[in-house]
Amino acid sequence: MSYRNDPYDPKQVALLDPAALAEAVAAAEKTFAAAGDPDALTALRPAHLGDRAPVSLARREIGALPPAAKADAGKRVNEARRAIETAYAARQEILEREQAERVLVEERVDVTLPYDRRPRGARHPISTLMEQISDLFIGMGYEVAEGPEIELEWTNFDALNIPADHPARGLMDTFHIAPAGGSAPAAGDQAGSGLVLRTHTSPVQARTMLTRQPPIYVVVPGRVYRTDELDATHAPVFHQVEGLVVDKGITMAHLRGTLDHFARAMFGEGAKTRWRPHYFPFTEPSAEFDVWFPEHRDGPQWVEWGGCGMVNPRVLRACGIDPEVYSGFAFGMGIDRTVMVRHGVSDMRDLAEGDARFTRAYGVEA
Amino acid sequence: MRVSVSWLREYVDLPADLPTGDLEQALVDLGIEVESVVDLRASVTGPLVVGEVREIEELTGFKKPIRFCRVDVGNANGTGEPQEIVCGATNFAPGDRVVVILPGGVLPGGFAIGARKTYGRNSNGMICSARELGLGDDHSGILVLPPDSPAKPGDDARPVVGLDDVVVEVEITPDRGYALSVRGLARELSHALGVPFRDPGLAPAPGGTEAPAYPVQVRDTVGCDRFAARMVRGVDPTAQSPEWMQRRLTQAGVRAISLAVDITNYVMLELGQPMHAFDADRITGPLVVRRAEPGEKLTTLDGVSRVLAAEDMVICDDTGPISLAAVMGGETSEVVASTTNVLFEAAHWDPVMVGRTARRHKLFSEAAKRWERGVDPALPLVALERAVRLLTEHGGGTAGAEILDIDHVRPPAPVVLPVDLPSRRVGVTYPPARVVALLEQVGCTVMRGTDRLAEDPGEVGVPAGDGAALTVTPPSWRPDLLHPADLVEEVVRLDGYDRVPSVLPMAPAGRGLTWQQRRRRAVSRSLAERGYVEVLAHPFVAPELPDLLGLPADDPRRRAVRLANPLSEEEPLLRTTLLGPLLGIVKRNLGRGLRDLALYEIGAVFQPRPGAGRPPAMGVEHRPTEAEFAAADAVLPHQPRHVAVVLTGDVEPAGWWGAGRAAGWADAIQAGRDVLAAADIPEHRIEVRAAEYAPWHPGRCAELLVDGEVVGHAGELHPAVVAALELPRRTSAMELDLDALPPAPVAPAPTVSGFPPALIDVALVVDESVPAAQVQRALVEGAGELLEGVRLFDVYASEQLGAGRKSLAYKLTFRAPDRTLTVEEAVAARDAAVARAAERFGAVLRGA
Repeated sequence: MSYRNDPYDPKQVALLDPAALAEAVAAAEKTFAAAGDPDALTALRPAHLGDRAPVSLARREIGALPPAAKADAGKRVNEARRAIETAYAARQEILEREQAERVLVEERVDVTLPYDRRPRGARHPISTLMEQISDLFIGMGYEVAEGPEIELEWTNFDALNIPADHPARGLMDTFHIAPAGGSAPAAGDQAGSGLVLRTHTSPVQARTMLTRQPPIYVVVPGRVYRTDELDATHAPVFHQVEGLVVDKGITMAHLRGTLDHFARAMFGEGAKTRWRPHYFPFTEPSAEFDVWFPEHRDGPQWVEWGGCGMVNPRVLRACGIDPEVYSGFAFGMGIDRTVMVRHGVSDMRDLAEGDARFTRAYGVEA
Repeated sequence: MRVSVSWLREYVDLPADLPTGDLEQALVDLGIEVESVVDLRASVTGPLVVGEVREIEELTGFKKPIRFCRVDVGNANGTGEPQEIVCGATNFAPGDRVVVILPGGVLPGGFAIGARKTYGRNSNGMICSARELGLGDDHSGILVLPPDSPAKPGDDARPVVGLDDVVVEVEITPDRGYALSVRGLARELSHALGVPFRDPGLAPAPGGTEAPAYPVQVRDTVGCDRFAARMVRGVDPTAQSPEWMQRRLTQAGVRAISLAVDITNYVMLELGQPMHAFDADRITGPLVVRRAEPGEKLTTLDGVSRVLAAEDMVICDDTGPISLAAVMGGETSEVVASTTNVLFEAAHWDPVMVGRTARRHKLFSEAAKRWERGVDPALPLVALERAVRLLTEHGGGTAGAEILDIDHVRPPAPVVLPVDLPSRRVGVTYPPARVVALLEQVGCTVMRGTDRLAEDPGEVGVPAGDGAALTVTPPSWRPDLLHPADLVEEVVRLDGYDRVPSVLPMAPAGRGLTWQQRRRRAVSRSLAERGYVEVLAHPFVAPELPDLLGLPADDPRRRAVRLANPLSEEEPLLRTTLLGPLLGIVKRNLGRGLRDLALYEIGAVFQPRPGAGRPPAMGVEHRPTEAEFAAADAVLPHQPRHVAVVLTGDVEPAGWWGAGRAAGWADAIQAGRDVLAAADIPEHRIEVRAAEYAPWHPGRCAELLVDGEVVGHAGELHPAVVAALELPRRTSAMELDLDALPPAPVAPAPTVSGFPPALIDVALVVDESVPAAQVQRALVEGAGELLEGVRLFDVYASEQLGAGRKSLAYKLTFRAPDRTLTVEEAVAARDAAVARAAERFGAVLRGA
């Protein structure tokens, strides 16, 4: 059309009139501003930017213009169209943003609602503490040794320099295993089974020395048994951890260094140990030791913690280690008691009865 | 042992103003546990004075005799006038001196004394009995001072009656019997405090005479390596033990009985030598010391008739056994109210024999306690001399000139101690002179070198270093000093444990946890993270448990290890399954109002080895051989570590999100799968299949297999078991043998394809008896390598499907490692999978 050099009827190009274009732009801007949401705005688009929109019809009229006027008219139409598109986009952005914000408000929830659909369980604080102690000693190069809970009297007593008629054997209130098939004889009877529920973790010392050559650095956590009725401070089943070192040149100073380190790891940097001479058949010299616990719930104080000493040369000999070449130390303490002191548990039954409410308080890692 | 400090002071020069705290610390540092320290000076507060009774007015008209007394208390009452006191006792007369507590005083137990009106009179204070002063049990009357007491009215009565004393109670370790005496404790305190000690055990005593004090024959010199005796004739049978002796006995917790018996107890407490007093007129014929005949009978002092064993030692006369040697005397020869001729016996018995006899007859007397822990064999004559002097002094009579002493005691063996051993074992440098001085302090004889003839008592400058050794002969009262290590302990103990420095040893590199240890941790943590709460149940169970669990008659879990001395006769067995004790803990929790429980335990069960017999006897002088130790270990019951869970109530709680989910068989079986997953057992080596196994519901029990071996069971408990144990319905459980699991392999890396998957669902209709796991296995096998994953997402039955049929809907994911699968390839793989299921189980593709 535009190539035909026909005279043009101004009526045919009324839409190209600058005023008409300005009016179309203004009308579009006004309509867009009135749109309340992105969908309403989209619905307005054909009327102002579609094929039948004034600016689109105006573009068609350009062909009717003489060539000299076309460029000028085209530029006007393009500007008008751009203005409408800009207005549309601006409005669209606003409306979309408003809508997104509205969605966020509408979708608000009560984040304080509980959602414990599968509650976590818990590990027993005694198990956790045994692991922590094991890990501490593993970090020092020790290994974790274990042994059976039904033990030979030989490993539980004889090998540890506790002969059958020694009063120290009587001090350990021992569960004896009845001979298979027979009626139950008196405790300590020679006709017994030769088996006991181990009264301490120390038989694992003997087992370790019988199966390994020095240097030996082991820690032994485990379950032990004494014939004590369960009450606030006693239990027939409880737990100990034991340490054993056999090497050349081991001294009591090494024992103290190890216990001091252990005490600080368990009871904080302010912890320290105090020794009292004592008697254990399997160590000589022997001591009981207390630990200074700065964060005790009843205020800083000394707490009885365990027993220790230099491995009795007779024990080394019974286990096939030459006491002229090697020396060693051993120490042991009650895990239950340590848990009680650290966590302020006042009744041993809480550790033994398995009340889920008690154990849950310790979580998976205590 | 309980003893007063004043008694100790007779033999050790304790500082006059020694604070009780320092005394306690000194004992603790010596290795003597202090049970209590009671300062009697603080037990009665306020004015406690000596009074002399001036006038007594008997008040009448009351149910019991009441006296109104005027008592001269000197100037203690501030007036000098006699104190007016009402008293209910009648065992005193004018002129007697008594103990008076004046108003303002407080007796033991917080009993405050004031002036008050009673029985119509004003009473200003109280005349005290021994019991009221905490001095003993005597409340038969008030305490009247002996006529020879130098105390004057108005004097502080505390020193007069022994209330100026301190009583310590100590616990002695089994190695140091000598410390169960005033002698031993005084010696120890002299070491700790560096003060002079006079050893009453070394007091002069006449030796044995040719003529015996009484005819005695010792037939077993192993059981009795020394027997000494001496007679005192013509004792006044009415003589009482002096007040100071009774007081000391009472303070030591020993009841005063009669003069002769009190003296034996007094000497035992003072020297540590247990003694016996016979009434010489109640013995018939000579005494024989021998082992008992099995079945022989003796009625001991406690009135119990005892059947003796061949190992017991007895003292006999012509009538048979009259004393259970070293443990308790017999009724027929004991000192009685009419006794005038006393035969004191001081012997030395085999500690092992005494210990066994005491345990056999359950007679843990003070004497037996000392014998078992070791008594100084050098004491008998000293003890006899002490006893005879005390008896003649307080009971009159004449000591016999004849002293019997049958002595087979062997002297203590010398111990060779390398002089640097204490330094090498302790990590403190002890100069040789220090080592010698400390050992001499405890009573050892120390000689230089190993040649006993090279004695040079004054020489302590033994050079340190290789080869330098001391020959140390322990004193007779220290039978515990047998080895060099025992001497090392004496050195470090007396030098002070607090001097031992703190040095960390350097361990060689360790290997960390074993795979079994790591696995137990992983399983425990996994269960805890999944909602289970760990318990540590006691393993004691009742013989009825297998019946309650419905175990078949031949179930190996019925064979349990039995305790010879269970705490409760109702639970004499050790668990063969974790479930018994674990269910007990479930019940305890339910009883405390908890409803939703998921508990787990990891612990040993105990499986006896029938016919294993006794472990072989093994000595301790050297290492047992491999064969011996293996034979001994083979006797031990099998003690595998199991893991078990029990669930009841809701496993997921109800909440605002909707209803809760009840725990059931599927949770229990999944717990088993979770354990195997935590143990890193590959899925393809695990099989779960239906099983009938007590105590589970036969239709809701699975057995878990690894590599074809059954390792555990899980499911819902049998309704009959649930009813028998009174558990909630549908209680479910799992138990698995952790020790039966093979080590986990090193996991091979999977191929992870980046190409898109093809997802196809299939619903297969099969007979309802066909296990889903097997259908799935058929699908996996049929689908081939293109199958990446398969997941059962729906199971249902309906009328449409027909009776006895069920539909299993699976989501299959196919993917190739090297290309995008075509639809045809995926469908072909699916068809192959379905074809395998159809071939094996008659599965029909629904909608096909």
